[in-house]
Amino acid sequence: MHDTRRRWMEFAIEAVIQVLGISTIGIVLLIFAFLLREGLPVFFQVPLTNFLDVRWYPTFGMFGVLPLLLGSAFVTFTAIAIALPLGVATAVFVREVAPNWAREILKPLIEVLAGIPSVVLGFFGMTFIAPRVREILGAPTGLTAFTGALVLAYMSLPTIISVAEDALDAVPKSYRDAGLAIGATQWQTIWRVVVPAARSGIVTAVMLGMGRAIGETMAVMMVTGNAARMPLTLDSFFRPVRTMTATIAAEMGEVAKGSVHYRALFAIGILLFVVTFFINLTAARAIFTKRRRGGLR
Amino acid sequence: MVNLALAWAEAYMQLHPEVRISVTGGGSGTGIAAMINGTVDIANASREMKPEEVAAAKANGITPVEFVVARDAIAVVVHPSNPVQQLTLQQISDIYTGKITNWRQVGGENRPIVLLSRESNSGTYVYFLEHVIRLGKADSDLLFSPDTLLMPSSEGISCEVRQNPNAIGYDGLGYVTSDQKVIAVAKDASSPYVLPSVATVNDGTYPIARPLYMYTAGEPHGQIRAYLDWILSEGQTLVTELGFVPLLR
Repeated sequence: MHDTRRRWMEFAIEAVIQVLGISTIGIVLLIFAFLLREGLPVFFQVPLTNFLDVRWYPTFGMFGVLPLLLGSAFVTFTAIAIALPLGVATAVFVREVAPNWAREILKPLIEVLAGIPSVVLGFFGMTFIAPRVREILGAPTGLTAFTGALVLAYMSLPTIISVAEDALDAVPKSYRDAGLAIGATQWQTIWRVVVPAARSGIVTAVMLGMGRAIGETMAVMMVTGNAARMPLTLDSFFRPVRTMTATIAAEMGEVAKGSVHYRALFAIGILLFVVTFFINLTAARAIFTKRRRGGLR
Repeated sequence: MVNLALAWAEAYMQLHPEVRISVTGGGSGTGIAAMINGTVDIANASREMKPEEVAAAKANGITPVEFVVARDAIAVVVHPSNPVQQLTLQQISDIYTGKITNWRQVGGENRPIVLLSRESNSGTYVYFLEHVIRLGKADSDLLFSPDTLLMPSSEGISCEVRQNPNAIGYDGLGYVTSDQKVIAVAKDASSPYVLPSVATVNDGTYPIARPLYMYTAGEPHGQIRAYLDWILSEGQTLVTELGFVPLLR
């Protein structure tokens, strides 16, 4: 009697967990299917040459996504270029150099950094950072790709630091001991032994940070100026850009459901989904490969 | 127009506690789309309904009714330290299409011009494009320069104009704060340069002025009718307080 009931309970619990797990994946697939349903038709309504054009003027039938795509890429890559050295250096400091008591304080502090709402950061960027960029760097306006990159770098930092730190943590103590045993200084051991050993984890950290940065909407909308220009020259760092996310957020409110503009915005959503998916997939595969091999490289 | 709609709603609800009015922002396009979809009773708009929108409404079985509830002037603003005092509509149009890129070309200092605008879902944007950039010509195909910064709100424009000497922006007169400098505008080089104010908007001398509309789905009845009647009479005192221009009686 007791045994049968236990078997039923187990069956029930397993079934519930299965349903929940599958439904999570199912929800993601459904969202993607929804994006496809709303966005794909636009490729039949508007010629491809229109999409590959350099002017984004949806209210006048110009749907060139190149400035938006390049704008997102420009800001994201600049942000990662800033956040990568900063994040890895912080992770190295927290894990390898800082004394234990400092580590206890720093780790929760970094978690707190991640908790600042993006709109607050955007507001800070708009009212404080942008004027400084204009005055100190001589740009015509402080609302630039660079300002956006600064804010995004700040937002991806906690992700990069946490994951990089975990990667450094996973390096066995024997590596460090070996390095010191052959006469290397602490710094040489860290830089030449430990960090390369944690390489794949650090790459994962960067990919996750990139995924965070490319999907950020509110903060970039407030500080990048939202001008749909092609960031092709070097001075584009200090000129405004328009990201894909800001475009969707700013324009979705006014479009009539089912119109070409509406579908074009969903097409941008599909693009964003695909890009983020591949970034996360690469990061996930890096983690799985690492685990499967049971080692670190 | 959202500030005005909110002020009216709050004042009316205080006088008539049994009525509940809720106001949401989002731009003229959003409101009109919502009225066509039947999700709101009144759509506030700072521009006329486009023919496509009227057709979409009729297709939904709705005949929109238009009410002019106030007037607004679009003020062109610059940083207080900018020596430029006045511009013609043609100059403003050339600035915003990117033909004029430096302040010294219109009598100012040697500085690059930074263009500020509202987002394309704002009625202010559409009005500015049609009546200033395109100078009211229906066959013009001029567009904002791609270097124009599209700010998400009026506050975004104010924030940049008040601290950037290179900036030029535009917005409704009601949203201009005292720390920005307003430019006097002339219809053309031979007309007088006029600063926007209640007087100049109502007597038609200020060239960039527009009516503000409320649209209902069909003729309004009952509570909605009473509300609109109030707006067109006692509610006009609030219009001046908010920096807009009341209707002439």
